[in-house]
Amino acid sequence: MEFLQSLTQHVFLQHALLAGVLASIGCGVMGSYVVVKRIGFLAGGMAHAVLGGMGAAFFFGAEPMYGALIAAIMVAVLIGWVTLGGRQQEDTLIGAMWAVGMAAGILFISQTPGYQVDLMTYLFGNILLVTSQDLWLMMALDILLLLLVLLYFRQFLAVAFDEEFARLRGVPVALFYMMLLCLVAVSVVLLIKIVGLILVIALLTLPAAIASQYVHTVGRMMIVATVLGALFCVFGLAVSYQPDLPAGATIILVAGVAYLLSTLLTSFRQRYRTQVTTTR
Amino acid sequence: MTAMISVRGVTFSYGGPVVLEDVYLDVADGEFLGVVGPNAGGKSTLLRLMLGLLEPTTGSIEVDDREPSEGSRVIGYVPQYPPFARDFPITVEQTVLLGRLGTARVLGGYSRRDHGIAERVMVETEILSIRGRRLNTLSGGQLQRVLLARALASEPKILMLDEPTANLDVRMESDIFGLLKKLNQRATIIVVSHDIGFISRYVGRVACVNRTLICHSTLAIDGKVIQELYGGDVHMVEHSHG
Repeated sequence: MEFLQSLTQHVFLQHALLAGVLASIGCGVMGSYVVVKRIGFLAGGMAHAVLGGMGAAFFFGAEPMYGALIAAIMVAVLIGWVTLGGRQQEDTLIGAMWAVGMAAGILFISQTPGYQVDLMTYLFGNILLVTSQDLWLMMALDILLLLLVLLYFRQFLAVAFDEEFARLRGVPVALFYMMLLCLVAVSVVLLIKIVGLILVIALLTLPAAIASQYVHTVGRMMIVATVLGALFCVFGLAVSYQPDLPAGATIILVAGVAYLLSTLLTSFRQRYRTQVTTTR
Repeated sequence: MTAMISVRGVTFSYGGPVVLEDVYLDVADGEFLGVVGPNAGGKSTLLRLMLGLLEPTTGSIEVDDREPSEGSRVIGYVPQYPPFARDFPITVEQTVLLGRLGTARVLGGYSRRDHGIAERVMVETEILSIRGRRLNTLSGGQLQRVLLARALASEPKILMLDEPTANLDVRMESDIFGLLKKLNQRATIIVVSHDIGFISRYVGRVACVNRTLICHSTLAIDGKVIQELYGGDVHMVEHSHG
């Protein structure tokens, strides 16, 4: 109740709420691809390596979100190049980029003269610090993401489902795979302000994973995951507000508990159906 | 008859021993060709070369008078092992519609014509009643029909199937081959199979592949040919079902 009252009074809370909803679009749409394509590790590597870009931007006096965006796209292209080339030890290379990106970010931040930025803000996010500039950037990224997914939905679906068949049907698989990774990178950036780069992967995958337990198509999965993502953000924000808990971590815990409950429910439901079928 | 596929002196290896050696093959328009041979004899490799998924080490291939990478657009392909995860959230109808890629418009969704064609091939392959089901709820035979429908949705000139009945029982195998026989009225068909006895009833010509390739008419397949191909005695049990 106090949260609702504060929401009408404080602009920073309204920004936080709007940021949660905008980020949910990215996490719902691209998170669905991450889940069905099973590229969670790859997306995790991308999210962590982004710290290099944020640190560099901070060091050179630029806006860290732009640094994050550039770094995310660069890492996506690099990971795509490694995966498409079918190079051996792909997981090792992704792990290396993951660690090197973070290390570079920490070095840049430590060498930045003057006021030392709170590293925790980048690592675990702070939805309450979202500015109107951040919101505009998030909105622009959402529009770009939705436009590309709507225009090329069939091609992305084909590449996520069956690359070989897509190739035979003349779909430029490498191009769409790269685009897919770049859009995942964009979603990572969208979520960094909310939950920070360490927890991004959870918000990118958990709503979509829950959605996949109830719907039969990728399109519906995207819609359900977006709604769930928004609910987790709003609920997590509300729960964390009064006791002054870290909002990002609370949002992730809410999503984690929901995933656990949903998985248990699905498992019971399947067991019940099997029992009914065998007793008939 | 004009050749839909022309394989000229193709040799191929995956970097180790030679898998196919100096292979020549012409597949005529409207032909129903069976490709048989022992395991690891190069049957699937030959198919993948014709599809442009692999490049020959030496020699050349033309599909519909084009490079295989271009020509593969006129081929409907049914793989032996579907490379996708069975629990992927996709319905039968959406899977079949994916066959329209490359023929339909690039941007946006499917047209009314695409939906019409998808419905027609689902009727033909008898899967219309399961159009809304997820792939992981289908039996092996149903999935095979879905993959066939996806291949047909592109309205192909050539249909290529790699062991389409490997995991099916004899009745389903007969059903699928009966359907292929019907489809042969409008498309050239190349089917890879390990079961030389079974496919001989349907195909017009058999290409025996065991590193090299020799073609026979189905009437010329006898014990000697089979023994040479498989490198040993093969038991043939003649029987019928009442």
